[in-house]
Amino acid sequence: MTKKDLPVTRIEILQGTLDLIILQTLRWGPRHGYGIAQMIRAGSRDVLQVDTGSLYPALHRLERQGAVAADWEVSENNQRVRVYRLTAAGRKQLAAERSKWDQLAVAIAGLMVPPAESEP
Amino acid sequence: MKLSALLPSGRRRREEELDEELAAHLRMAEAERVARGESPADAAANASREFGNMGLIKQITREMWGSLWLDRLSQDLRFGLRMLRRSPGFSILAIFCLTLGIGANTAVYSWIEGILVRPYALVADQDRMVVLVGKTRGEPGHDGLSWPDFLDLRRSNKFFEAFVADKITGTTLAVGDRAERVAGQIVSANYFEEIGVRPFLGRGFESAEETGRNAHPVVVIGYKMWRDRFRGDLGILGKTQLMNGVRHTIIGVAPEGFNGTFVGYAMQFWVPASMQETFDLGGYKLEDRGARWVESFGKLKPGVTRAQAQAEISAAARRLEAEYPETDRGREVELSPLWRSPFNGASRMYPTLRIAAVVAFFVLLIASANVSNLLLVRAFARRQEMTIRLAVGSGRGRLVRQLVTEGLILSALAAAGGLLVAHFGRNLLVRVIPSRGVTLNLPASIDWRVLAISAAACLATTLLSGLVPAIPASKIDLASSIKSETGGVVGGSERSRVRSGLVLLQVSLSFVLLVAAGLLVKSLQAMRSASPGFSTADVLLAGIDLNSAGYDAPRKETFQNELLDRVQSLGGVRSAAYARVAPFSYANYNSSPIVIEGYAAAPDEQPAPQYDEVSPAFFATLGIPILSGRAFTRADDESAPPVAVVNEAMAARYWSRSSPLGGILHLKGRAVRVVGIAKMANYASLLEIPKPFFYVPLRQFPAGVVVLHIRTNLRRATIASALAREIHGLDPGLAPWRLSTMREQIDIKSEAQIVALTLVGIFGGLALVLSAVGLYGVMSYAVSQSHRELGLRMALGAAASDLLRLVMRYGVLLTAAGVFLGMVAAIGSTRLLGNLLYQVSPRDPLVFGSAFLVMAIASFAACLLPAWRAARTDPARALRDR
Repeated sequence: MTKKDLPVTRIEILQGTLDLIILQTLRWGPRHGYGIAQMIRAGSRDVLQVDTGSLYPALHRLERQGAVAADWEVSENNQRVRVYRLTAAGRKQLAAERSKWDQLAVAIAGLMVPPAESEP
Repeated sequence: MKLSALLPSGRRRREEELDEELAAHLRMAEAERVARGESPADAAANASREFGNMGLIKQITREMWGSLWLDRLSQDLRFGLRMLRRSPGFSILAIFCLTLGIGANTAVYSWIEGILVRPYALVADQDRMVVLVGKTRGEPGHDGLSWPDFLDLRRSNKFFEAFVADKITGTTLAVGDRAERVAGQIVSANYFEEIGVRPFLGRGFESAEETGRNAHPVVVIGYKMWRDRFRGDLGILGKTQLMNGVRHTIIGVAPEGFNGTFVGYAMQFWVPASMQETFDLGGYKLEDRGARWVESFGKLKPGVTRAQAQAEISAAARRLEAEYPETDRGREVELSPLWRSPFNGASRMYPTLRIAAVVAFFVLLIASANVSNLLLVRAFARRQEMTIRLAVGSGRGRLVRQLVTEGLILSALAAAGGLLVAHFGRNLLVRVIPSRGVTLNLPASIDWRVLAISAAACLATTLLSGLVPAIPASKIDLASSIKSETGGVVGGSERSRVRSGLVLLQVSLSFVLLVAAGLLVKSLQAMRSASPGFSTADVLLAGIDLNSAGYDAPRKETFQNELLDRVQSLGGVRSAAYARVAPFSYANYNSSPIVIEGYAAAPDEQPAPQYDEVSPAFFATLGIPILSGRAFTRADDESAPPVAVVNEAMAARYWSRSSPLGGILHLKGRAVRVVGIAKMANYASLLEIPKPFFYVPLRQFPAGVVVLHIRTNLRRATIASALAREIHGLDPGLAPWRLSTMREQIDIKSEAQIVALTLVGIFGGLALVLSAVGLYGVMSYAVSQSHRELGLRMALGAAASDLLRLVMRYGVLLTAAGVFLGMVAAIGSTRLLGNLLYQVSPRDPLVFGSAFLVMAIASFAACLLPAWRAARTDPARALRDR
């Protein structure tokens, strides 16, 4: 089965873009998993909801890839939390993913605005 | 990744950290909901619902860690075990099928190991042992070596570490009313030393003890004899035992579990070669280069190949041939591996076990196909789980690994069960083989090699049963999996095709096994009804061993004549006669080089047909017709000139142009006149090639161990007690061997067929059941998957009988295709049965037809229930369900 045959599903898009969104969120400073989820939700004005079943596997995968690092800290309400921060490699990856995303966004935007002459 | 994560302790900490991380997430979500004004209870419930399936999230997150394979394996194993526990019916069925498959293989291999590869318990370096087989150039068959030749071979060679003689012999020990026959070996003095067996008490033989005619009456007895007969007497050394009329000093007791170097019987005593004349009948042979009685083996030096050793021994044989042309003309020595030794049961068991190995492998294939089928069904049921895993980026490789792990768990459990099956089946062969009054020894041996084979069978099964369903599972299409499987025409989807293929394989393999079993049944029937050339009904046999009782020649003669007279005058006895060797027994006929007057032997030909020593009524008792001339009479005694009766083959071979009657042959220095021609008969087995054979009168060629043949209508028990009474009347210390019928004697020689039939029969039955289960599974699955289609057909006016026919047609098609493949395979492979078949063509149409019928009935039964269920489809329900 080739990628081309694969109809784009919601889950598929999330998997592709989730890394970008997480890395982007961490640009503003270290954050724990719940914080990241809240921030994505707030930042997208409740349009994007990150499923915990996708978020934590993604965080742990990024950690293994070296894009983020994690440390245990004590939160404001005295709770031990695992805090993720961007590493140098993560910054590089973010830049690369961003430029890919920008290209994709422009391309899709182009497709979404149909040429005027095709209108009846 | 930190190194600590690789270690089990680091791993555990990481798991705890993950628990803590996710728990913290949940608490923060709860706290925020409470802050927004939800009640604490609602907040907890909502946060938990929003969070999702905690267990699955943990599982998938852990998969991202990409840790050590061992770690992942244990994870897969735990998950696999959970999956198997969740569907116990499936698991038990699968493990059961595989246990049968792996157990069959383990059992067969443990027999091969214990009987063919390392047949001699406690004996060291068996992989370096080769059997020395004597041959005459251009002649079929084999014999032993002469003692002088054996000594000469032993003297000069560089590839052998040792030459060891181990000729089988026997003696009779009286136990109450019945004599017990025990087997032993005449061995060279280096025997115990070279096989690495230390006597448990006392010593082995010293080199001086193998020389001098009857000079060293010493014996090493077996552990069992020491325990049972001598009640475990620790002070036994130095005590004596009368054996074959000679007092033997017991110098040693073999260790427990040591049964000698022979396949078939458990040896219970060992005497040195110097005692040959006492134990090996036919006179003193230690200085006779023409007497080929020595059965022996050589021990190769480490690293020497059989081919190198063969070249050396052939050169030595050629030197002997040049030096002693009188006796060694045309003589060759062939080195044979232990499993092809012609001197013991190995050569008879080899073809049978080879077939059993093939058949057991078939059963394993069939069982694996069944488990594949079961796993396929489950793979479908677990489609959703697989889809989620793929969606979050689990590799397809991982999915396959998980399925293979589950297969591994199943087959590992089954392999353990298989070892149990093999353990309990280890004595099966001894039970199947007709008893003949001597302790049988055909041990299975479960050692590390057998464990390795069983592990290999387990891995093969895992791959077969785990990978086949993994292929379609790994092809799950994310998009289409969201849509439901539509379940097309019965048996139409791709998965169904895989499953149908597996069933096809099962049906065809089962068919082959059924054909094999059928051919063996027919062979056995043919053997039962075949005439061996003498009468098999109403003849009873009893061995009488006067040698063991220590009779001298004149006393033997008197006793034998008296006893025969007494038996003949018993009411109900029609006739009675002696023969030194009874037909079809394991005792060997004598054979000796003979010279035939008027027959010019080719330069390297040495006529040496076998012969039997019989009393006058022998031909009448066994019903062997004398075609011309006469049978022996009472007048052919020690004072009359020696005479012989030859068989048809002998007459044709050596007197092709004239009548043999009146012809002279020279046997052991005596001129023997031919007085009659006997009709051909079988002498040792139904499968033998007709060969020259002759008879001489027992009184002219006396023997101490004879078999009394009694023709009577009386029951065996009646004769047995009458015979014991008569013998006791002559000598209270003497007893006959166990009485057997001629029929039993002949059946003993069909043991290879009986064993093969038992094994093929058991395995064929297993295969049939497994295939029927497989077919049933596929049919039921097909019916349940096309529930909707069946409902639709019914709604459109199909009658129940139409649906029944539709489903049955599918089953019949599968069966027919399987049987066709099986038939092709069977035609190509039944020739493997080769020697085991007796007067049956490997393509016997009746057998093929019967196998087809059995297969058809089994398939029909397997399809009936699913078809019946299809016919009862409720159209309204079926259409609503999806």
